[in-house]
Amino acid sequence: MSKDYYNSDDLKKFPNVTEFQEELGEKFFKYYGAVFEEGALTKREKSLIALAVAHTVQCPYCIDAYSSESLETGASEEQMMEAVHVATAIRGGASLVHGVQMMNKVKDLSM
Amino acid sequence: MKSLKAEGHSLSDPRIQLDILNQHNERLKTTPKFEEKISEIGLYPLQPNEIEIFQINVGYMCNMTCKHCHVDAGPDRQEIMTKETLKQCLAALDDPRIKTVDLTGGAPEMNPHFRWFVEEVRRKGKKVIVRSNLTILTTNKFGDLPDFFAKHKVEVTCSLPFYSKRRTDQQRGEGTYDKSVSALKILNDLGYGTDPELQLNLVNNPVGAFLPGSQETLEEQFKKELHRSHGIHFNNLFTITNLPISRFLNFLLMSGNLEDYMDKLVQAFNPAAASGVMCRNTISVSWDGYLYDCDFNQMLEIKTHEKAGQHVSEFDLDKLNQRDIKTDQHCYGCTAGAGSSCGGATT
Ligand code: SF4
Ligand code: SF4
Repeated sequence: MSKDYYNSDDLKKFPNVTEFQEELGEKFFKYYGAVFEEGALTKREKSLIALAVAHTVQCPYCIDAYSSESLETGASEEQMMEAVHVATAIRGGASLVHGVQMMNKVKDLSM
Repeated sequence: MKSLKAEGHSLSDPRIQLDILNQHNERLKTTPKFEEKISEIGLYPLQPNEIEIFQINVGYMCNMTCKHCHVDAGPDRQEIMTKETLKQCLAALDDPRIKTVDLTGGAPEMNPHFRWFVEEVRRKGKKVIVRSNLTILTTNKFGDLPDFFAKHKVEVTCSLPFYSKRRTDQQRGEGTYDKSVSALKILNDLGYGTDPELQLNLVNNPVGAFLPGSQETLEEQFKKELHRSHGIHFNNLFTITNLPISRFLNFLLMSGNLEDYMDKLVQAFNPAAASGVMCRNTISVSWDGYLYDCDFNQMLEIKTHEKAGQHVSEFDLDKLNQRDIKTDQHCYGCTAGAGSSCGGATT
């Protein structure tokens, strides 16, 4: 068994997931490819969104892949870090906004 | 920073560079050979379509020492084309099939015969492109060159790795960005970038071990950002891929990126880009007058095919047009993705 949970070489093996379930795997990759085509959003914008989401789901493979992709599509370091801050703000905000629920509950329970 | 050559670095030896690309370790040994790859698509041996661009490397001396430089240029390099060799180039240019003269270096402006040569070539009615690093145009000694360029309608193609200061300075040295911006403003004031006769192009290459993105979208971004921050105009942006040779190869080795970078180039192999590589319409002349298939082969000391003539003094365009082009693993850099040549993406 592998000693490490994450191995950067595994990113290259991602397409191999079709080995265990071909039909769904292929559907996923087809969809994935279509999502990242240039559309109403540019490839650079999509890369930055993916980079931010990668930080939220804390996927090291996606962080690697979308750091490269962002560089290749011409994003600057500032843009990349701002995308990570957006993810961070939403993550933090998502916890904090539940504080209102906590306050509501505390108020309900309090005399 | 010193050049690899001045440091006595082993990578200043082209044979060592090619050896690394071919057999540094198992991964590189098992990388498919470029020749096989182009055989599969019926392009081996690679041959010219028709040469129309005459690229002259007038010397390896440069006022800068950028980290990725495939020429290993710098202030410590002494190789400079003599007036005699320049005259041999002029004689070769009598062939009407050659339409364009592309001057490169080092900093081509540092050749002492540069101005005389540009005037002579223009007199022959050929288009002249100068590959300028921009910073040299902000020095006292060369500050009057923009006027000279405008007077002779020289097309100026200059390097700017990125539209932001941080990444530009990272590759080309502290202060480069600000100087480049001043030089671009001077060129703009002369009409470069707006007057159709005064073409101003920028060259973008990735600041690191990744491929350039789409030329079209990057051009849009560069135009928007440079105009927004500095009011700068230019005509085209050319994206070029860093070839794994010389100082960029050194960076790839030192940073542990070489194998992944080669994989990336091979995976991105594009048959359409392969058929549009610049060695098919360009010939490259070195400072000492030898002929090469391109500026990269020049740096790797891979001369043109023996039967085609190997020195500008024996220039024969018919023979050159029929020669086989010499290729090796570095050529993957020209065929990855949208392709890469001196004029940017090829597909
Ligand atoms: S990349 Fe250009 S400007 Fe930089 S050192 Fe090389 S020749 Fe000079
Ligand atoms: S490196 Fe030179 S010889 Fe090789 S494909 Fe590119 S232009 Fe042609």
